[in-house]
Amino acid sequence: MSVSRNLMPTSEIAASRNLMPTSEIAVESLFPRLEPLLPKVQKPIQYVGGELNSTIKDWDEATVRWALMYPDAYEVGLPNQGVQILYEILNELPETLAERTYAVWPDLEALMRSEGVPQFTVDAHRPVRAFDVLGVSFSTELGYTNLLTALDLAGIPLDAVERTGEDPIVLAGGHAAFNPEPIADFLDAAVLGDGEQIAIAISEVVREWKGEGRPGGRDELLMRLASTGGVYVPKFYDVEYHPDGRIKRVVPNRPGVPSRVFKHTVMDLDEWPYPKKPLVPLAETVHERFSVEIFRGCTRGCRFCQAGMITRPVRERSITTIGDMVEVGLKESGFSEVGLLSLSSADHSEIAEVAKGLADRYEGTQTGLSLPSTRVDAFNIDLANEFSRNGRRSGLTFAPEGGSERMRKVINKMVTEEDLIRTVTTAYSQGWRQVKLYFMCGLPTEEDVDVLGIADLAKKVIKAGREATGSRDVRCTVSIGGFVPKPHTPFQWAAQCDHETVDRRLRELRDALRGDKEYGRAIGYRYHDGKPSIVEGLLSRGDRRVGRVIRAVWEDGGRFDGWSEHFSYDRWMAAAERALSGEPVDVDWYTTREREEHEVLPWDHLDAGLDREWLWQDWQDATGDVEVEDCRWTPCYDCGVCPTMGTEIQIGPTGKKLLPLTVV
Amino acid sequence: MQRLRVRYAKRGRLRFTSHRDISRAVERAVRRADIPVAFSAGFSPHPKISYAGAAPTGVASEAEYLEIGVSRHCDPQRLRADLDASLPPGLDVLDVVEARAGSLADRLEGSTWELRLPGADPEEAAGAVEKFLAAGHVEVERLTKKGMRRFDARQAVRSVAVTDGNERTAGQEPGPPCVILRMVVRHETPAVRPDDVLMGLRLVAGFAPPSPPEVTRLAQGPLDATTGEPADPFELDRAGGDL
Repeated sequence: MSVSRNLMPTSEIAASRNLMPTSEIAVESLFPRLEPLLPKVQKPIQYVGGELNSTIKDWDEATVRWALMYPDAYEVGLPNQGVQILYEILNELPETLAERTYAVWPDLEALMRSEGVPQFTVDAHRPVRAFDVLGVSFSTELGYTNLLTALDLAGIPLDAVERTGEDPIVLAGGHAAFNPEPIADFLDAAVLGDGEQIAIAISEVVREWKGEGRPGGRDELLMRLASTGGVYVPKFYDVEYHPDGRIKRVVPNRPGVPSRVFKHTVMDLDEWPYPKKPLVPLAETVHERFSVEIFRGCTRGCRFCQAGMITRPVRERSITTIGDMVEVGLKESGFSEVGLLSLSSADHSEIAEVAKGLADRYEGTQTGLSLPSTRVDAFNIDLANEFSRNGRRSGLTFAPEGGSERMRKVINKMVTEEDLIRTVTTAYSQGWRQVKLYFMCGLPTEEDVDVLGIADLAKKVIKAGREATGSRDVRCTVSIGGFVPKPHTPFQWAAQCDHETVDRRLRELRDALRGDKEYGRAIGYRYHDGKPSIVEGLLSRGDRRVGRVIRAVWEDGGRFDGWSEHFSYDRWMAAAERALSGEPVDVDWYTTREREEHEVLPWDHLDAGLDREWLWQDWQDATGDVEVEDCRWTPCYDCGVCPTMGTEIQIGPTGKKLLPLTVV
Repeated sequence: MQRLRVRYAKRGRLRFTSHRDISRAVERAVRRADIPVAFSAGFSPHPKISYAGAAPTGVASEAEYLEIGVSRHCDPQRLRADLDASLPPGLDVLDVVEARAGSLADRLEGSTWELRLPGADPEEAAGAVEKFLAAGHVEVERLTKKGMRRFDARQAVRSVAVTDGNERTAGQEPGPPCVILRMVVRHETPAVRPDDVLMGLRLVAGFAPPSPPEVTRLAQGPLDATTGEPADPFELDRAGGDL
């Protein structure tokens, strides 16, 4: 195992650990030690905290202290809804405090190592190791190396089994936590699903255990959490393998640990109207707006979409709660844009009333409204007009995902070419000049012709736009990235397409678009090459053996893998070769290999409620030309979630309207 | 349209805000405070807020200035309180006047800067300043957006005073050594910034403080011919009393 020069040797970590205050000793702010480093780094404002609506609670008055981490740069992490919601909910609890920490850029990391400044929270600049729980939200697997940096800078042993009573419980959440196996060695626990209620429940367990004088130490706390069936503690499960490398079984290794761990689902979102006080950063971030989640879950049934599978069923916020949240959020933040978030926002049962109500309320106030995820078939021009009434007609974005009708049937994204052409024609004729189209490359059963079909579609879009407007001033941008099969989806068994094929198809598509004299200049083309998708694939469907790869990459200097300027495919491949030598598995085995029906998948013991047989049947249907309807509007097709989780679809319409805001 | 001129401070950790960070924070504060800011016409309307002579990122200031155009008459004192309450602590509104005539930016002829140099030796600093002031020109280099630029850092400097920042009243423990430089610098193009003067001290006398300077702008305004110091730029707006 080689350790590169920029990493702190283990002995120094041990030494600095002894100097660090523990949770029961006075915890002082690290800011005086951090401050002299800040003039030497890029964008120092991201490290100073002080955001509007941030909260600093008294350390000694709290019993349960959470450090919440989004393992990416501040500019990406700060707007994250999950972290903001949990931050607010936990800080509202008595005897509980929550602070935030983000990945530090390599320039500050180097200075922190040389000056011995540990990982800090941005709120009160307290050392992360002094907290009881370090909750890390993984939207993507590409944050795994940043987790290791944060643990190491904090002085927390990377291996969970080496941690002591002086270390926080390292807890993962977020969508990637539905298969936490690749980082199982580095985690004490993981939670699946909605965090609001389980974060409160965990706080309660920690509070009781501390109140009793921490009986049984760390393991008893983990045992109390694990025995609920709602918190996954990886070290309480053993993984056995077949000689050929497949998993034989995953079993609890001590009594009282349930064999399956269930996801959490918050019902009645109207009772959880968070964030109420959105964090308003001083630094520039990726989303400069107030976001309201208008519903959670999606049952459109797109087979590639992990989010749509693991967040079922659909639970809407009512139009009146949405209106109230927007009102409070704008007042508290001063943002000038509102984003109505969900997995497919135009599908809200009262979206037209929401749009009109908000546009009426904020007419003349220079407040913009945006609807980030819109399906082609749910879009209508009245809606788009309401959304642009108070602002700009900048651009519209649609995601047909597949370039051919056949491909879209395979992925169950039932959008016809006619739908798309009709929608964009209306948009162009109503004054929009720019349409963005999102696609994926490397989908199961994909042939070259399916990808080249994207070029034909884009040309038809421009042709229709020119006819509708009588002008050549219409544009369309094609954005395309590689498909990564994800756990808990019908494609979890699929072979991922190799990056050579993906790259070749992307090049051919580029040539087909650029080479076209009539339309080429009206069509923009943005694509991501296929190599990062292979690493994402390795991490998405990996098992515990992949943890060694992550660690080797990190030790070699791997950081910020979601950023193309930091990501190194070659480093990942070299690390995988070293770390998996002696194992019957390699990167191809994890990525481009198709799985059989009965192979034990690394996440099979983690229950998202989806019936495994239904998922398999849907995978068979994908290649058999069979489509699935949406259970909001057609009978239940037994995906399994509602009966397993005791949940139900919660949608309107409520029939209510947004009344004008009264001027005080 | 009524225009209001605002003096505000950038203090403590908020000194790490960039000019763009401040302009976003002010726009949001204006919305939170329900200040009836006027908007520009056109395809993408912008709030009518303009900034004059913003201090660099990392530099604190007691004298930053901006001007807000409002669509409805506002009482300056009310606006001062509302805007201050809506800005994050560390961006603090100090003074608001109604604009009368002339351009605020034109009145900001020079600045007083305070540089705290922890760990620096007072005598060494005094010697370096003496040499610097005795020189006619001191060419320095700075990396700008247009690449490395060479310019004179001496001519713009009106005065530099050196004090020992470690002086304590009787009975107090002396802390680590610290030098305070207080300098008045005329605004020119290219702007001569406090770190350019520090660079000049290094070039003429090899003076190099051991840690980064803590810089604060204390004042900005028209340079007074007799005192040589910046005067209050709001004086002309206040002079005529109520309009």
